Amino acid sequence: MKKKFWLVSFLTIILVVLSGCGKQNSSQQSVLKNARASNTLTWGVKGDTKLFGLIDVADGQSKGFDVDMAKHITKHILGPKGKAKMVTVTSQSRTPLLKNGNVDAVIATMSITPEREKILDFSHSYFDAGQSLLVPKSSTIRSAKDLNGKTVIGVVGSNSVNNIHKVAPHAKVVELQDYAQAVNALKSKQGDALTTDNGILYGLAVENHGFEVRGGTFTKEPYGVAVNKGQDDLTKAINQAILEMQHSGEYNHLIKKWFGDVPGFDYKELYRK
Amino acid sequence: MINIITHYSHQLLSGFGWTLLSSVLALFFSLIIGSLFAIMEILPNKTARFVGRAYVELFRNIPLLVITMFFYLIIPLYLVKINGFTAGTIGLTLYTSAFIAETIRSGIQSVDTGQMEGARSVGMTYWQAMRYIILPQAFKIVIPPLGNQFVNLVKNSSVLAFVAGFDLMYQANSIASTTFDTINSYLVIGVLYLIITMPLSYYMRYLEKKIA
Repeated sequence: MKKKFWLVSFLTIILVVLSGCGKQNSSQQSVLKNARASNTLTWGVKGDTKLFGLIDVADGQSKGFDVDMAKHITKHILGPKGKAKMVTVTSQSRTPLLKNGNVDAVIATMSITPEREKILDFSHSYFDAGQSLLVPKSSTIRSAKDLNGKTVIGVVGSNSVNNIHKVAPHAKVVELQDYAQAVNALKSKQGDALTTDNGILYGLAVENHGFEVRGGTFTKEPYGVAVNKGQDDLTKAINQAILEMQHSGEYNHLIKKWFGDVPGFDYKELYRK
Repeated sequence: MINIITHYSHQLLSGFGWTLLSSVLALFFSLIIGSLFAIMEILPNKTARFVGRAYVELFRNIPLLVITMFFYLIIPLYLVKINGFTAGTIGLTLYTSAFIAETIRSGIQSVDTGQMEGARSVGMTYWQAMRYIILPQAFKIVIPPLGNQFVNLVKNSSVLAFVAGFDLMYQANSIASTTFDTINSYLVIGVLYLIITMPLSYYMRYLEKKIA
C-alpha cells in the first residue's frame, strides 16, 4: 500500500510541475532587435498548401505566395541583405511554435480572428480570403446551406470548422490532420465536402480533377501575419513593409505570379494599391 | 487544466468513450485472431504454418498508421465505405493480433517438448495434449508479455485521431487548437489514458500472481 502511495504522489507531482510549464511567459526580449542583430527573421510557413506554401519535392523548399511575402517583408525590414529562414508549420503547430519562440512570425494562411487576437498579435491583413466548399463535380451540394445532414471534412486547428457549425448546425464535421489527407478523405467519400478558405481550395481544385469550388464565400477570412504578444515594434515593421509592397507594386506582382493561372478565379480582384 | 476539464468535459468524455470502446473491441478480436494464428504457426501442417507466418510478418512489420490509412482511404475507393472509427479499430486489431500471435506462439514453444511427448505416450491425441497439457502451461508464461501488448494496444488506439475516429487524441488536438493551451490539453488526456491503462496493468499483475 505504501508503495502505491508513493507512486501516485510521484505522478501527481510530475503533473503539477508540467502543468506549470503551461503558463510560460512569452519571451521578454525584442524579436525585432534579435533579428536585426543576427540579420535573420525566422518565418513559420505552410508546407502542404498549394499556391501559399507547398514543399517542392525537388529541393525541399516551401514555395508559394506566403513564402514570397515572407521573403519580401524580410528585405523591407532588414534591408537587401536580410535573410529569411523558413520553418514549415501546420495549422495545428503554428501557434505553439510561435508562442515558444521557435519562429519569429507566422505567415501561413492564418486568418485574423478575435479568439486568436487574445493570445497573438496580427499585422494588417495581407490577403482577403473567404471560406468556401470543394465538392466532386457530380455533387448535389450547391451552397453551404445544403450541408445540413452531410459530412463535412475540415482540418484540425483551422477556423473553418467552427464556421460550419454556425452556417449549417446539423452538418457532421470530421477534422483531419492536413489538407493532403483531407483531399484523400474526400476522394474516398469519407465526407461530402471539404471546407476551408477559397484560396487554398482553388489550389486543391487545380491539382485534383473532378472536383470544383462551389457556393461562393460565406465568411470573410482576412489573412494576417501573426507575431507574439508584446512585439509591437515587429508588428509595426511588418505593417510598414506590407504597405510599402502595395505602393511599389511588388504585392500585385506576387498576386499575379501565384493566382494568375487559377481557372475561374479573377486574380485582379485581389490587386491592391 | 481545471478550465479545460470543466469547459470541454463533454468532448473529453466522448473521446474517453470512443477510446475505451475501440480498445475493448480490438483487445477482444486481436486476442482471438492472435491465438488462431499462433496455433497455425506451430501446426505440423506446412501450408498452415506458412499462412500463419505470413500473416504475422505482414502485419507486424507494417506501421499501424499505414494499415489504418489503407482501411480509411483505399478500401472505401474500391470496396465498401468504412468510417474513421471502424478503420482505426480494424487496423489496431490486425496490428496487435500479429504481436499477440507471436507472444502466444513463444509461450507454447517454451513449454518443454517432453510434456507433449509424455501426453502423447499416455494415449492423448495431439489436440487433447494441446488443450489439457500445453495450453494451460503456456497461458501462465504469456500473461506478463500479453499484459504489455494490451497496454500498448490502448495507447496505440491514439491512431484513431489521424482518421477522425473521435478518440481522446482527436479531442485533444481539437481542444488544443481551439484553446491554444497545448500542454494542458495533452496532459488531461494523458491522465485519461492512465485511467484506462493503470487498472489494466494492475489487473494483469494480479492475474500473474494468482495463477503462478
